[in-house]
Amino acid sequence: MTISQDVDRRFRDAAADLGLIDVGYDVVESPIGPLFVAVSTEGLAQLSFHPQERDLERLAAFAGPRVLRSSRSVDLVRRELDEYFEQRRRAFDLTLDLRGLPPFTISVLGALAKVPFGETTTYKTLAERVGRPRAARAVGTVMNRNRIPIILPCHRVVGSTGDLVGYGGGLDKKLALLQLEGALP
Amino acid sequence: MMHAVAIPPFERFYEEQRSEVMGLLRRRLGRERADDAFQETFLRALQAYGRLDHGEHLRAWILTIARNVAIDTVRRTRPSEELVEPGSEDGLAAYEELAPLTDGLPPKERAAVVLRYGYDLSYDQIASALGSSADAARQATSTGVRRIRRRRTLP
Repeated sequence: MTISQDVDRRFRDAAADLGLIDVGYDVVESPIGPLFVAVSTEGLAQLSFHPQERDLERLAAFAGPRVLRSSRSVDLVRRELDEYFEQRRRAFDLTLDLRGLPPFTISVLGALAKVPFGETTTYKTLAERVGRPRAARAVGTVMNRNRIPIILPCHRVVGSTGDLVGYGGGLDKKLALLQLEGALP
Repeated sequence: MMHAVAIPPFERFYEEQRSEVMGLLRRRLGRERADDAFQETFLRALQAYGRLDHGEHLRAWILTIARNVAIDTVRRTRPSEELVEPGSEDGLAAYEELAPLTDGLPPKERAAVVLRYGYDLSYDQIASALGSSADAARQATSTGVRRIRRRRTLP
């Protein structure tokens, strides 16, 4: 029995409007490719270039089992991302859901969030800012596991010699984001 | 040690069950009224989903919610006509097994008894399926059981 797109859409919208879901997710189109976006009752919980099969289970485990694809749930994030990619926004006004992350990770992400649009910093500098000057490698690991890239701008973190080093979404995406922000010559 | 079946993310549950739910609702209500009843069914399920203890019997659970939504819809739209008693067209074994005992019970009591003793659901789960409180679910179950007992002891 097929369900018409209209009936399916109406259910998903009603579920979001009535506040009945723990996590709403959808795919947001962007100039650097489709982005998987998941928003919990606490805030933006995930943004991924390459979503994994088990993401829904992982989200359910810390945010609740009512995980539903819902375009409406990601409206705000979609709008801010659109503005960012159209060069009409330099900073995001989004609440983030960082539940379940260890304290060191949260402090590194806090320092990362302060790196402004159009600038870059290094792993070493971030390590110094959280009071762990020798933990540059651990900072790299936090960047690599960042669940909310772009918004938490790990693309602005480069090696001490200016190398782009790496990016979870692929180096081409890191390059594109830095070019968009005018951070590269 | 026994492990309870994990509750799947609602999206997976919805994708798995929606087609059968729509089939049931169309048979009961016709195409036009089935669309609204479909939304109502899954919204009721969402409301209760966070309170489930485990992921067992989810198919029986959602089909029971759908049947109750169908009954409510018929009641709302054609109040004078007699309700169509839920049949066993979906091939639910427990439902059929209990049919000789539960036939003739008021729909809510019948559903409560079948869910409690046929599918071993908690009163909270039964409450969400029936769209009532847990107390009302307990009440409907025990009234239904008393009614069955009374019938069986009478000549």
